Amino acid sequence: MTFKSIGRGLIAFSLPIVFALGTLSFTLNPASALGGFGGGGGGGGYGKTLEEVKDKGYIQCGVSQGLPGFSNPDDAGNWSGIDVEFCNAVAAAVFGDPTKVQFSPLSAKVRFESLRSGEVDLLARNTTWTFDRDVALGLEFVGVNYYDGQGFMVRRNLGVNSAFELNNVSVCTNTGTTTELNAADFFRANKLKYKIVAFEKADEVVAAYDAERCDVYTTDRSGLAAQRTKLANPREHKVLPEIISKEPLGPVVRQGDEQWADVVRWTLNALINAEEMGLTSANISSQKNSDNPKVRRFVGTEGEFGTALGLDDNAWAYNIVEKVGNYGEIYERTVGPKTPLGLSRGANALWTNGGILYAPPLR
Amino acid sequence: MKNWLKDLRYWLQENLFFSYKNSILSVVAGLFLFWLAYQLVNWFFLQAVWVGTIEDCRIHQEGACWPFVQVRISQFLYGFYPSEERWRVNIILFIFFAGIGLLVYERTPYRGKIVFFMLCVFPLLSWLVLRGGILWLTDVPTGRWGGFMLTLVLASVSIVSSLPLGILLALGRRANSLPFVKAFCVVFIEFWRGVPVITVLFATAFMLPLFLPASVNFDQLLRAMVGFILFSSAYMAEIVRGGLEGLQRGQYEASDALGMSYWQSRTRVILPQALKLMIPGILLTIIGLFKDTTLVLIIGLLDFLGMIQAGIADPRWGSPNVPFTGYAFAAIVYFCFCYSMSIYARYIEHKFSEGRERR
Repeated sequence: MTFKSIGRGLIAFSLPIVFALGTLSFTLNPASALGGFGGGGGGGGYGKTLEEVKDKGYIQCGVSQGLPGFSNPDDAGNWSGIDVEFCNAVAAAVFGDPTKVQFSPLSAKVRFESLRSGEVDLLARNTTWTFDRDVALGLEFVGVNYYDGQGFMVRRNLGVNSAFELNNVSVCTNTGTTTELNAADFFRANKLKYKIVAFEKADEVVAAYDAERCDVYTTDRSGLAAQRTKLANPREHKVLPEIISKEPLGPVVRQGDEQWADVVRWTLNALINAEEMGLTSANISSQKNSDNPKVRRFVGTEGEFGTALGLDDNAWAYNIVEKVGNYGEIYERTVGPKTPLGLSRGANALWTNGGILYAPPLR
Repeated sequence: MKNWLKDLRYWLQENLFFSYKNSILSVVAGLFLFWLAYQLVNWFFLQAVWVGTIEDCRIHQEGACWPFVQVRISQFLYGFYPSEERWRVNIILFIFFAGIGLLVYERTPYRGKIVFFMLCVFPLLSWLVLRGGILWLTDVPTGRWGGFMLTLVLASVSIVSSLPLGILLALGRRANSLPFVKAFCVVFIEFWRGVPVITVLFATAFMLPLFLPASVNFDQLLRAMVGFILFSSAYMAEIVRGGLEGLQRGQYEASDALGMSYWQSRTRVILPQALKLMIPGILLTIIGLFKDTTLVLIIGLLDFLGMIQAGIADPRWGSPNVPFTGYAFAAIVYFCFCYSMSIYARYIEHKFSEGRERR
C-alpha cells in the first residue's frame, strides 16, 4: 500500500459518514417510502396507545431477558413463559391473533424507562407491584398474574426444617435487589446471625450455592424452583416453608391511558374468569351458542363489551381463550407441576379452590 | 537428530534451569500449566457430552454439555430472525467475509474497488436485504435481529464509521487557526470520553425519543449504533491525535515547503505516516468496541452473549454444566475473532515497519 492508496482509502472511509447521515435523515422522515423502518414505538403517545397499537398492527411487549417459566426463548426460538403468554392473550384480545406481538427483552434497570418512553406498550416482566412503583413512578399496575414470595432453599443435610432455625448461616443472593434487603430484614427481626454472600448474576449465585460457598440460597420461590433444576443434585435440596415477602407480579402500563389499561386489565380478568367458568381452549368453541347468560356475555354473543373497551370484536374474550387458553392452562404449560419448575398452584389457585385468584365479573 | 537434541538441552539450560531458584519455578509453573491443560481438555473434550439430550447432560455433569449449543446454534447466530428468511443473513455474511478475505489477501486485483464496495455499497445493501420491506423481501423489524449477526452488524458499523470521524475530530482538535472547529472538537471528544459507554447507550436509547417528535419512529438498533459511533469516534480521535503528535515537526514543515495544500499534506504525508504509528492503538479500540457491543443487552437488544444467556434460562435445559458450556462457547467465539484481528494488525504493523529502522 502506497501513501497515495492510503490517501484514497481515507476518502473512501469518509463516505460511510455521508451514508450514515443519509440513512438517519431517511429514517427520521416519517413519510419514508420504505416505511416501517422503526422497530420500537416512538415517544410519548399518552392516551392513545390502543389506537397506536392497532395502527402498527402488533403489540410491543416488554419481557425479561430470560427468567425460566416467565419468559425465555425455547429450543425453536420462540419466546415462552407465563408473561409471554399474557402478552399473547392481549394480542388475541386486540387483534384476534395471539402472534401479533413483538417482544422486547428488557433488563430490570431499563424496564420502567422503556415503558414510559413509549418503547413498549405493555410490561409483563415479573414486576412486583409496590406502592412506590405504582404511585411515584407514573406506572399503572393492572392486576396480578402471579403471586410470588421470597423463600429459602437449603441443603437437606443442614438439618433445618424452618427458616427460624437459620442461625449462623451464610446466605447467597443477588446484589442490589429487594431480595437482599428482605433477607437482611428477616434475619435482623428474628435476631439470627447471618452473612450475605452476594453476586451480580443468578448463574453465579447458583454456582456459588452449589459449590457450598453458602448454606442458604434466597430469592423468589419461583426462582428457587427454576434454579433448583440447575443444581448438581436437586434432590439434596429443599425449599423451606416460610415466605418472607409478598411479591405480587403483574402486568404494567403507562399511567394516564385508562383505555389501554382497561384492555390489559380485562384481558387478565378474562383469563381468570374463563378458568372459573370452566371455559378452556378445547371446549369454548362448543360454548359459543350456550344458553348460560354468563357464558353468552363472555363469548360475545350478548352485550357490547368489546366495543366498550374500544376493541373491534365483541368476541375478544372468546379469542383469548380459544387461541391462548385460560389462566389455568397457561399456568400448567409454563410453571405448573408438569413443567421443570414444578410449582403447585398454591396462592395462585382460584378463590374457589383455596387460592386468592379472584376476578371481577364480566357484566 | 543429535544436533536437535543438543539444541533443546542448551535451550532448556539457558532458559528454564540456569539456577536452583529458576529450576524450582520452572517445575512448579510447568506442573501447574500441565494440570490446567489437563482440566480444560478433560472438561471440554474427554468428559463432555457430544450428542444426546439434556438427560445425558444431567448424568454426565463433569464435562461440557455440547448438545445445548447444537440445539441452539442457529438462535445464537441469528437471534429471532425468521428461519425461512435466514438465507438473507447467510448471503450478507458470505459477502462480508469474502470481502474481508479478498482485502486481506494482497494480490487481489481491483482492491480499491472492493474497498469502495465494502465501505459504501455493502452497508446500504446489507441494511436493505436484512431489513427487507422492499421488493419481494418481507419486512424483518430489527427487534427480531439478534445473536452473532447483531454483534457483527453493531461492531462493523461502529468500527467503520468511527475511524473517519475520529480522524476528522483529531485534525479539528489540532486546527489552531480555526478556533470554533477546535473548540467543538475538544468539547465533543472530552464529553464522550468522560461518559461511561453504558450511559451513552442509555441516553441514546431513552432520551433521544424524548427530544424527537412523537410521530418519528426511530429504530432502537440505529439508536444503539449512534451511541457506539459517537463514543468510539471520540476514542479514535484521541488515538489519531497521538499518532499526529508522534510525527516530527519537520514532516509538517517539509510538506508546507513543497507548497502542498492542507488536505494534500494531511492525506499524502502526515496521515499515512501517522496511521502506521496508530495501528496498535486503533486495534485496541476496535477489539474493545467489538466486546463492548455486548452492553446492548442492557437496552434490550439480545446480541450473541445475550442470546446465550437467554438460552441458559430455559428451564428445560436445567443442568449445572449448561451455563458453563454457554459461557465457554461465547468465550471461544469472542477469542477467535479478537485474536485473528490482533494477528492481522500485527502483520500490518510489521509490514509497514519494514524498510524503516525500528526505534
